[in-house]
Amino acid sequence: MAVATRAGGPVTPSERRPGEGFNWTALAFMAPAALLLLIFLVFPAIYTLVLSFNRGRGGQITEWVGFTNFINLFTNDPNFLRLGFPPAGALWNNVLWLVFYTFLSVSLGLLIAVMATRVRYEAIVKAIVFLPMAIAATAIGVIWSFVYFPNANTGLLNAILGIGGVGPAAFLGSTDTVNWAIIAVGVWGSVGFCTVILSAALKGISTEVLEAARVDGASERAIFFRIIIPMISLPISVVSVTLIVNVIKLFDLPYVMTRGGPGASSRTIAFSMYQEAFPSGRFGYGAAIAIVMLLLLIPVLIYNVRRFRSDRVTA
Amino acid sequence: MTAGALQNTTAGSVPRTTSERIARSVSSSPVHIVLGIIGLIWILPSVGLLITSFRPSSDMRASGWWTVFTDPNFTLANYQRVFEGEGMGSAFLNSIFITVPSTLIPLVVAALAAFALAWVRFPFRDTIFLIIIGLMLVPVQIGFIPLVQGLRPTGLLTNFGAIWLTHAAYALPFGIFLLRNFFITLPKDLIEAARIDGASNLGIFRTIVVPLSVPAIASLGIFQFLWTWNDLLMSLVYVQSNAAQPMPVKITQLLGTYASEWSLLAAASFLVMVVPLIVFFSLQRYFVQGLLAGSVK
Repeated sequence: MAVATRAGGPVTPSERRPGEGFNWTALAFMAPAALLLLIFLVFPAIYTLVLSFNRGRGGQITEWVGFTNFINLFTNDPNFLRLGFPPAGALWNNVLWLVFYTFLSVSLGLLIAVMATRVRYEAIVKAIVFLPMAIAATAIGVIWSFVYFPNANTGLLNAILGIGGVGPAAFLGSTDTVNWAIIAVGVWGSVGFCTVILSAALKGISTEVLEAARVDGASERAIFFRIIIPMISLPISVVSVTLIVNVIKLFDLPYVMTRGGPGASSRTIAFSMYQEAFPSGRFGYGAAIAIVMLLLLIPVLIYNVRRFRSDRVTA
Repeated sequence: MTAGALQNTTAGSVPRTTSERIARSVSSSPVHIVLGIIGLIWILPSVGLLITSFRPSSDMRASGWWTVFTDPNFTLANYQRVFEGEGMGSAFLNSIFITVPSTLIPLVVAALAAFALAWVRFPFRDTIFLIIIGLMLVPVQIGFIPLVQGLRPTGLLTNFGAIWLTHAAYALPFGIFLLRNFFITLPKDLIEAARIDGASNLGIFRTIVVPLSVPAIASLGIFQFLWTWNDLLMSLVYVQSNAAQPMPVKITQLLGTYASEWSLLAAASFLVMVVPLIVFFSLQRYFVQGLLAGSVK
């Protein structure tokens, strides 16, 4: 603020044109942001990139190892990627998340949005499914660990299954079920976001188009798949991209519910990065995982920049 | 657009006759049933934990929370114990100490930069804006190793300094993006007229741009507040003093110590949930806008 105050002086920037000398006012307004971004984002990113090609003992540049960290990550670390049948590892878990979490959240969100328009208590339905958006992922993890608790006297899910005669199951304690159990929690947390955005999009579809289709004898099913879905394809893709970013950054739920276990079976890429860098102290290796995360986000970046550019053209 | 998202809208045309009404309710009963089941799945887990937080620990072990409807027995002992005995009280204060500056600093810094990007001409302005859009996707993990190494000698990791600055910095790209896009929609004539009257850029920023942008700034503020209040990962990395830990970190520590003491874990979880829920019910409009605006982050 102090810098900006000094800059409010005699400069008259409206009379200046780009390239005509240096604009000190703009510099003063940009300086705090530029400093924070350079110190906390840009320089660390460069350092992490350098470190990913290094052994990185103690977080220092010690011993160059070329692509060794990356090669180990993809070929020699069953906790990160184990090919075979079935595949396993953090990267594979993220693939499962990417496919099932994204698809289930978007389709369930759309389903609820469509159904909610047909009832009088639409606002209540939306508020209920949206509420998890306000809850810390840590608390969501506790809520669902409790639901999944392998004791029919305590855990709700096992109590319900017990009515049907199914014995108590340790959903979070078995490598077969743990990822599906946490993905379900992720979907529970994200459906409300999809519902609210897609519901707003649905309201934008003109009723005349739908009425015209009905008059022409189109079935409700055809209207849904041939008219509604294509007309809201942009919001659907925006929501999907947001969920994909969530997946790549996913850390809290596995950390709270299982600490990546049992064994390392429910790790995600973001979990592995934290685990390798801090509790394990393998800084070069952790840096390599951070770079992999960054690379996975680059397609999203390109998509967003394109979208913002086209927004600007139309605006 | 988003404001109306959670508000009620009655669907379709209103049935006129009784038979029409009956026909409609019969044909829509599957919808009611499915929505009812969905409502239960979204409500019951949280209600179960809320009830458990008020049940004596011995009851929790003996029977499910759903038995309280026939056999009610409540206590505040769990809250008292986590608040005083397990340090959730000081963790609650830590959460406030971390969250308030982590929300205000990026709000001010982003607004200043967004104003320059929207209304001050300078070289490479559009390029810089595109770079900032690009920085929006840089994951926080990119900074962990160098920043922990670099901040350790400064002592900022053992107080709140590191978490304030890192939360602020990682919130900037999105904050600048959101505010710049809002500022640019303000009427150009108003700002040009103020310039002709001799107003400085800082004067225009303070007396015109900020007052007209309260909705956008409020949405961003709420989003950033919830983001930092609910954050676990950044605090695990950048708050290395046990006495300074916020509630989410404290809860993961309790999980490690009391793996199946659900009464305590439930009370601790509701302490972290209560502030966002108050925000949700009191500022629903800004809240939804903030969360939806934040969805690109």
